[in-house]
Amino acid sequence: MKIHEYQAKQILKRFAIEIPKGDVAFSPKEALAIATRLGGRCVLKAQIHAGGRGKGGGVKVADDADQAESLARQIIGMTLVTPQTGPQGKKVRRLLVEETVAIAREIYLGVTLDRGRSVPVVMASAQGGMEIEEVAHKDPKAILIEPVDPVIGFRPFQARRIAFALGLAGEQATAAARLMQALVRAYRETDASLAEINPLVVTGAGTLVALDAKMTFDDNALFRHPEIRELRDPDEEDPLEVEASAHALNYIKLEGSVGCMVNGAGLAMATMDIIKLVGGQPANFLDVGGGATSEQVASAFKILMADKNVKGVLINIFGGILRGDVLARGLVEAIQQVQVRVPVVVRLEGTNVEEGKKILRESGLDFTLADGMLDAAKKIVALAGGR
Amino acid sequence: MSILVDQGTKVVVQGITGREGTFHARGCREYGTKIVAGVTPGRGGTVHEEVPVFDTVRQAVEKTGAEVSLIFVPPAAAADAILEAADAGIRLAICITEGIPTADMTTVKAALASGSMRLIGPNCPGIISPGKCKIGIMPGYIHKPGPVGVVSRSGTLTYEAVAQLSRRGIGQSTCIGIGGDPIIGTTFVDALGLFKEDAETKAIMLIGEIGGTAEEEAARYAAKEVRKPVVAFVAGQTAPPGKRMGHAGAIIAGGHGTAAEKMAVLKECGVRVLQSPAEIGEAIEAALKESGRPGGAGGTK
Repeated sequence: MKIHEYQAKQILKRFAIEIPKGDVAFSPKEALAIATRLGGRCVLKAQIHAGGRGKGGGVKVADDADQAESLARQIIGMTLVTPQTGPQGKKVRRLLVEETVAIAREIYLGVTLDRGRSVPVVMASAQGGMEIEEVAHKDPKAILIEPVDPVIGFRPFQARRIAFALGLAGEQATAAARLMQALVRAYRETDASLAEINPLVVTGAGTLVALDAKMTFDDNALFRHPEIRELRDPDEEDPLEVEASAHALNYIKLEGSVGCMVNGAGLAMATMDIIKLVGGQPANFLDVGGGATSEQVASAFKILMADKNVKGVLINIFGGILRGDVLARGLVEAIQQVQVRVPVVVRLEGTNVEEGKKILRESGLDFTLADGMLDAAKKIVALAGGR
Repeated sequence: MSILVDQGTKVVVQGITGREGTFHARGCREYGTKIVAGVTPGRGGTVHEEVPVFDTVRQAVEKTGAEVSLIFVPPAAAADAILEAADAGIRLAICITEGIPTADMTTVKAALASGSMRLIGPNCPGIISPGKCKIGIMPGYIHKPGPVGVVSRSGTLTYEAVAQLSRRGIGQSTCIGIGGDPIIGTTFVDALGLFKEDAETKAIMLIGEIGGTAEEEAARYAAKEVRKPVVAFVAGQTAPPGKRMGHAGAIIAGGHGTAAEKMAVLKECGVRVLQSPAEIGEAIEAALKESGRPGGAGGTK
């Protein structure tokens, strides 16, 4: 799960990491009030779940409170396009208004999972402000890495090693080491999958301030962090994806025209791949799961139909736990409730497949049955038109 | 021969009285697997569908000689269940549970490193040696005994691959689902190592997906160590970056973990890489023919 920068900063603050003074505004009027409180001069940062905001015009400096209000009027409600939002951009609804900070030096600091080692790692680089992926690409040796042992934790000597390697000395090295330990604590105690400060700033006065922060969380651990679950912002998600997650369906919207409904994540990806191979474009990823009920199948179908780009639907089910007859009944039920305006190709395999096919044939509804994945993909792309 | 499990394997099911545990323990027994015990804390001394239930794994091991554990415990308690199995002297634990917090698995992985128990999964369909033993949730009837080792991060895509093989009369020595999570017990490399040593396995089908670098590691290992033909398919060629595709581990992060990257490394390492998931049966058949071993169990087709 993703959260906004201002929310990540509030979490870091709880772990005694210094952040710039400021607050979140939902309207220009609120921005004016915060800017006034900060003494006028301030930074306004659009809050969306994507990076690269500065380049897209989502970060501005105001000299006084009145300018802050007028800039806020421009930013709130704008559609911000950054390299990470895609061409359609994201609408800005929240604005972080913060004091400006005198910058002497910028550092990158992050904690994330190293899948190869099966442990979290602390990463640091002297090239703060630059995306870590870019540093990794251009100069991998410039990234300092220390593993976090799941049992004994992140040791002070490891933090000191990074601090000295960054060229920090004296009080500053001690403060940086303490901050790294706090960041690891924040990562572990919230079940984060990423905790990143970029840049961490050495201020003109010599203190360390988290100028920008990003945190994402392990969805599988949200059950034990109700306070983090509260931070979810559905405005940042695709409305169909929100609807799907309410029905415990795994759905991701894509740009193509062939809707797909599949059981199992791997088979769902493979189905998208084969649609592309035969000249079509998948409209979505949709995994209805191993034990889908008739209701879930019906909800899934409605979600596919709500996507206006969908020109045809391919249903690919390999019934292991999910039985062919259950799927077929769900489909017939769904199609009776939903206006079906596109061709539907069904490929059924596995448990109770013959019963399933019989239910579909006898329903009087207009399905095309397919034999195997390739046949199914070819049929739906022919019916939906390759685009 | 098969790897890890056979007809003599004695299995305890942790979480046997739950809905999933009940349903799949029954499926395994119907396939012929020796389910000798179940464990549900607080239900010790009862009998669940003819299987004796114990409060602890240790009691189950002492009373029944169970050596392998199949775990259906819910996500919040699953890490503890895996550690309990290790503590009781279980040699192989297969964890089906989906949704275990990553942090719990980092701890489990670190704890298991100093012991001798092998873990398969979590978030996997389990393991089957066709005709001998099924310890998992896969539909048994689509499998048949034969010369192909199958190892996969996926569930239903593995069934798809197996069905393509069986339809051509090509059987499987053992099929292992290693799971779709970012942190898993047995890896592709581990499975390749086991198939390499298994006399019955003549060809290996590897089914990967986006996220992480397990396929690349498998490719390098195969190039160095495995003399049997390896065929691979990597799901997610059309997956967008930054989105988790169902499995917790299936995500292209920071531009890494793409199918294209993985397919390129596999190819470089001499693995036959398939573009289409519909070509699995055909490709394995060709690989077996080239290595002079077509067909199913005992050389029959």
